[in-house]
Amino acid sequence: MIRGFVLLLLCQLAGETVSRGLSLPVPGPVLGLVLLFLGLQAFQRLRRLDPEAVGQAEVGRVAVGLLQNLALLFVPAGAGVVQHLGLVAEHGLALAAALVGSTGITLLITVLVFTAVARRHCRLAGGPGA
Amino acid sequence: MPPFSLWVYLSASPLLWLSVTLIAWLAADALARLSGRHPLVNPVLIAVVFVAALLKLTGTEYKTYFDGAQFVHFLLGPATVALAVPLYRNWPLVRRNLLPIAAALAVGSVTAIASGLAIAASFGMPRSVLVSLAPKSVTAGVAMAIAEGLGGEPALTAVLVIATGIIGAVLVTPLMNALGIKDYAARGFAVGLASHGIGTARAFTVDPIAGTFSGIAMGLNAVVTAIVAPLLLRLL
Repeated sequence: MIRGFVLLLLCQLAGETVSRGLSLPVPGPVLGLVLLFLGLQAFQRLRRLDPEAVGQAEVGRVAVGLLQNLALLFVPAGAGVVQHLGLVAEHGLALAAALVGSTGITLLITVLVFTAVARRHCRLAGGPGA
Repeated sequence: MPPFSLWVYLSASPLLWLSVTLIAWLAADALARLSGRHPLVNPVLIAVVFVAALLKLTGTEYKTYFDGAQFVHFLLGPATVALAVPLYRNWPLVRRNLLPIAAALAVGSVTAIASGLAIAASFGMPRSVLVSLAPKSVTAGVAMAIAEGLGGEPALTAVLVIATGIIGAVLVTPLMNALGIKDYAARGFAVGLASHGIGTARAFTVDPIAGTFSGIAMGLNAVVTAIVAPLLLRLL
């Protein structure tokens, strides 16, 4: 388990180094994600791994464990609301309208664009998949 | 040790606040499970309200709390990297959907930033709040960095990001069911784009494909928002 965790940390570390070193807009953990993904694909090409086996590999077990508890990781930042109760009291209605309205519109537009393009793409390609 | 001194010691120790965070989460998650994962019974919301109420009641500074809770917060980075695993597992399905992903990403990312700014601006919110609001759909660490770069307030951004995540996680299931959308790749992508990791956590509880596409949307939108948010703010 420690090995799997170290692999995640090393990918993040490499991502942060590249992101900060080159002042890229892409955040370090996202670069780390890309790096780990490319690494897994490289292992598959060497026939050391396949999409079924990754779940049993150390990194796979750690990843699944973290992702199963992903929502927990947001609790500390969320509790930061105690520092902004004044702002919430003053602008609560406007903030609620902006957040609920914008999130609803974003969900709606994103899913409609995705399904519309998937349907069109599927028809043109003449195959299943989407 | 007399009870008061004991409290003075414990209330300043990372041990207490780390334990409180984890216990609040276990209790909130148990409630969510009891409700059959009803979208309204969001475990992040319950845990945050519980912790915030406890901090207020005991008059504890957020900084003191965070000294303990930072060990949980830190795992957000490795968890983002961990999204590579479901992405790798489902790569053939992702590859077949590259075109819908690109289109939904471009339109959705701009919609998320612009609609939030437009509604808040129509209420006459000050510019410092608008700047902090712009990256609200992106995962916490990234959004805070974006807001800071633009002259916003990162701590406020963190709270707006969590609120956005909870709202998306609550809205997505009823909204998608009402629209009759059964494509779990599309549903997951939308909630990951709009509500980052909290939306992704919700998506994984509904369907593994939805969770995978949600994680992809979250990663991609972090990159696109970092580029687009400064451009849109210049238009205000």
